[in-house]
Amino acid sequence: MSDTSSSLPTAARPAPAPDTGGARRAPRLRTRRGRVPGRPRRSVLLTVLTGLVLLYTVVPLLWLVISATKTQEGLADSSGLWFADDFALWDNISETFSYNDGIFVRWLLNTLLYVVVGAGGATLLAILGGYALAKFNFPGKRGVFAVVIGAVAVPGTALAVPTFLMFSKMGLTDTPWAVIIPSLVSPFGLYLMWVFATEAIPNELMEAARIDGAGEIRTFFQVALPLLAPGTVTVLLFTTVATWNNYFLPLIMLKDPDWYPLTLGLDAWNNQAQTIGGDVIFNLVITGSLLTIVPLIAAFLLLQKYWQSGLAAGSVKE
Amino acid sequence: MRRKTSRLMRGLAVLSVLALGATACGGSDDDSSGQKPVSADDVQAALKKGGSVTVWAWEPTLKTVAADFQKKYPKVKINLVGERSGDKHYTALSNAISAKKGVPDVSQVEYFALGQYSLTKGLTDLASFGADKLKDKYTPGPWNAVSEGDKVYGLPMDSGPMALFYNKKVFDKYKIAVPTTWDEYVDAARKLHKADPKVYIANDAGDAGFTTSMLWQAGSRPYKVDGTKVSVDFSDAGAKKYTDTWQQLIDEKLVSPINGWTDDWYKGLGDGTIATLASGAWMPANFTTGVPNASGDWRAAPMPAWTKGDKASAENGGSSLALPALGKNKELAYAFVEYANSGAGVQSRVKEGAFPATTAELKNDAFLDTEFKYFGGQKANTVFADSAANVADDWSYLPFQQYANSIFNDTVGKAYVGNTKLADGLKSWQDASVKYGKEQGFTVE
Repeated sequence: MSDTSSSLPTAARPAPAPDTGGARRAPRLRTRRGRVPGRPRRSVLLTVLTGLVLLYTVVPLLWLVISATKTQEGLADSSGLWFADDFALWDNISETFSYNDGIFVRWLLNTLLYVVVGAGGATLLAILGGYALAKFNFPGKRGVFAVVIGAVAVPGTALAVPTFLMFSKMGLTDTPWAVIIPSLVSPFGLYLMWVFATEAIPNELMEAARIDGAGEIRTFFQVALPLLAPGTVTVLLFTTVATWNNYFLPLIMLKDPDWYPLTLGLDAWNNQAQTIGGDVIFNLVITGSLLTIVPLIAAFLLLQKYWQSGLAAGSVKE
Repeated sequence: MRRKTSRLMRGLAVLSVLALGATACGGSDDDSSGQKPVSADDVQAALKKGGSVTVWAWEPTLKTVAADFQKKYPKVKINLVGERSGDKHYTALSNAISAKKGVPDVSQVEYFALGQYSLTKGLTDLASFGADKLKDKYTPGPWNAVSEGDKVYGLPMDSGPMALFYNKKVFDKYKIAVPTTWDEYVDAARKLHKADPKVYIANDAGDAGFTTSMLWQAGSRPYKVDGTKVSVDFSDAGAKKYTDTWQQLIDEKLVSPINGWTDDWYKGLGDGTIATLASGAWMPANFTTGVPNASGDWRAAPMPAWTKGDKASAENGGSSLALPALGKNKELAYAFVEYANSGAGVQSRVKEGAFPATTAELKNDAFLDTEFKYFGGQKANTVFADSAANVADDWSYLPFQQYANSIFNDTVGKAYVGNTKLADGLKSWQDASVKYGKEQGFTVE
C-alpha cells in the first residue's frame, strides 16, 4: 500500500458498500485508492487545477440558473450567486414565452429551422464529401485537400461580409436562406469525416461489398454509413452548436425580426434597456438565455460518448 | 446614441436643392412623389381605401398607438418593427436606403441624426402634407430640430429637457443639500464620496450625448453650420467652464467609471452608489422598469446652474417620426405619424410615460399635476416643463454627428482613463471631426 492510501483520513475512504460497481471483483477495496500498476498516482496539483477549471466553467452556469429565478427587482437587489427572496423562475419562463405576443417562440422555431436544415445539411454534405475523399482516388485530390485545410483556417466571421455582399446581389438577404446556405458548408466537418472515414471503413470491406454485387450507392448507405455513425454524431454536434450559437451571420443578413434566431432576439431584448422609455427586461433576457442553452446541454449529455470518440478520431495511427 | 437632440443645418436647404437638381437631370421620378402637395382629402381617401404601413420604431408607447389607429381605420394595417434601436437601427435604415430595398414607410429618427438623412435626401418633406402648419403645436426646440426653412422632415415625437435626478435617500442620509450650481455639485461629490467611498455623485465613462448636452447648457456652441461651411470649436468660454468643472470630478475620481445604459448602471442607480443623474425628461420611464427596487428614493430637481440664478437648460435626447423618401403608401404613413405625434396618439403616449413635445400637453394642468409614485408623489412634470421653457437656443449639431459621436470614446474618452486632460480630449475630437468633415466634402474651419 502506498503512503497516499494510508494517510487518508478514514472518513474520506470509500465506504465498503456494495454500490461501488468496480469493487465487485476487487477483494480489497483499498486497492482502488492505492497505486495500481498501470494507473497513474493521483496528483494533488492536477486535482486542484481540475477543480479550478470546473469552478470556472460551472460558476457562470450556476449564476445563470440562479439569476433566472429572480425578478428585475431581485436582480438588482441580491448577490449574483445566491437566490433572492422571491422565487420567480416559473413566472419568468411563462413571461419569456408570452412577451410581445410570444415572439420568443417564433425565434426558437427559427433557430430550430436553421439548425435542422443548416446543421443537418452540413453534416450530410460532410459525410458525402468526406467519404468520397477518403475512399476514391481522382485527379485534383491534393488540391481539394489544400482548399479544405485552408478553409478550416479561415474563420466564418471573416467571410460574413463578403457573403453578405454576394447574397445581397442575389437578392437572398433578409430571407432564411441567407442563414441556411452559409451554414451548409463546414470545412472542419468535412475534414473530420474524411479522416474518420479513412480509418473507420476498411478497404477490404468495400471490396467485399463490390464483389458481392453491391452498387456504389448501396455500398455507401448499407456498408459505410453505419460504420461512420460516431463520426456523424460528432460532426452533427459541431455544426449544431455552431449554428445554434450563430450570431454575426444572421446579424448582418437579417433585418426582419420575424426571422431572427434566438441569439439576435435575446440581443434585441437586452438592447431595450438602452433606449429611452424602453422596457427593461433583464430578467427575461437571462431566463431566455437559460432556455436557449438547455437544448444544447441536453444534446451534449445524450450524445457525449460519440462526441468523445469522434474527437479522438484519427489521432492515433494504427 | 439615443439621447441627443439636433437642429437642422442652415445649409441643408442649399444642399438639398443641389442634390435635387442633380437627380432631376437624371430623370429620376423618385423626387416628385415627396414634393407634390397632398391634401387632407387625399389622405382621407387613402385611409378609406386601406393598405399597410411598415413602421421602424423602438419607442414602446407606439404599440398602443398602432392598435388604436387600426381600430379607428380598420382597413389600415400597421406593421410595427421595434426590435432594433440606436446604432443598429440607423445601420439597417442606411443599408436599406442605399440598397433601395426594404425601406420602411415610417422610421423613428432621433433629432441628432435627422440632418444626416435629410441631407442625403433620404427623407420626405412633410410640408407637402401640410405639416408646416403644425409648427405652433410644438415647443420651439423640437420643432427647430425637425424643420429647416419651410421644409419639415419629421414630426417631433418626444423631447428631453434636462433635469437633475437625485437619490434623496442618499442625500438625506449624509445630510447633503441638493446642489443648485455646478460648484455646489463638485462639493457635494466630494462630501458624498468621503462619507462613503462606494458612493459617487454620478457615473461618467465618456458619453458624447451627455457631454454635448452639458456644453449646450454651459453656453458653448461648438458646432456652427452655414451652408456647406461647418466649423467645430471646443475652445469657447462655455466649453472652458464645463471642462474646468468636470476635470475636477475626473481628477479626484468622484465620478463612477460605469458606462451608462449597462446593467451595472441600472444596479448603481438602484443601490445608491450613483447618487445623481443629469438626463432628459424621458428618464422616469426607464427608472420605473429598470430600477424598480429604488422606487420612492429618487426625485427630480432643476439642472444645477453654471452661475447662480441662471436658469438655462438644454435638451438631451428625443426623437421624431419621419417618412423615408423611398417608403411607400406615403398618405397612410403620414396619417399614422400625424395621429401618433400630433393627434390622439400624443395623449395615450403621455399616459404611458412619454415626455411630450407638444405645447398643449406641456401646459395641461392634468399633466403638470401628475404625481409620480416613483418619485415619492413629486409632481415632477413641473420641473421638466420648466426646463423645457428654459432650453438655451442656437444649438446645432453637425450634419455628421452620428459619425462624430462614434469616435468620441477614441478621443475624449481618453480623458477618463489616462493622463489626457478633458480639454485636450475635446481638442482631438475637434481635429478628428474636422478631418472627417473635409473628407466628406464640407468646408470645415
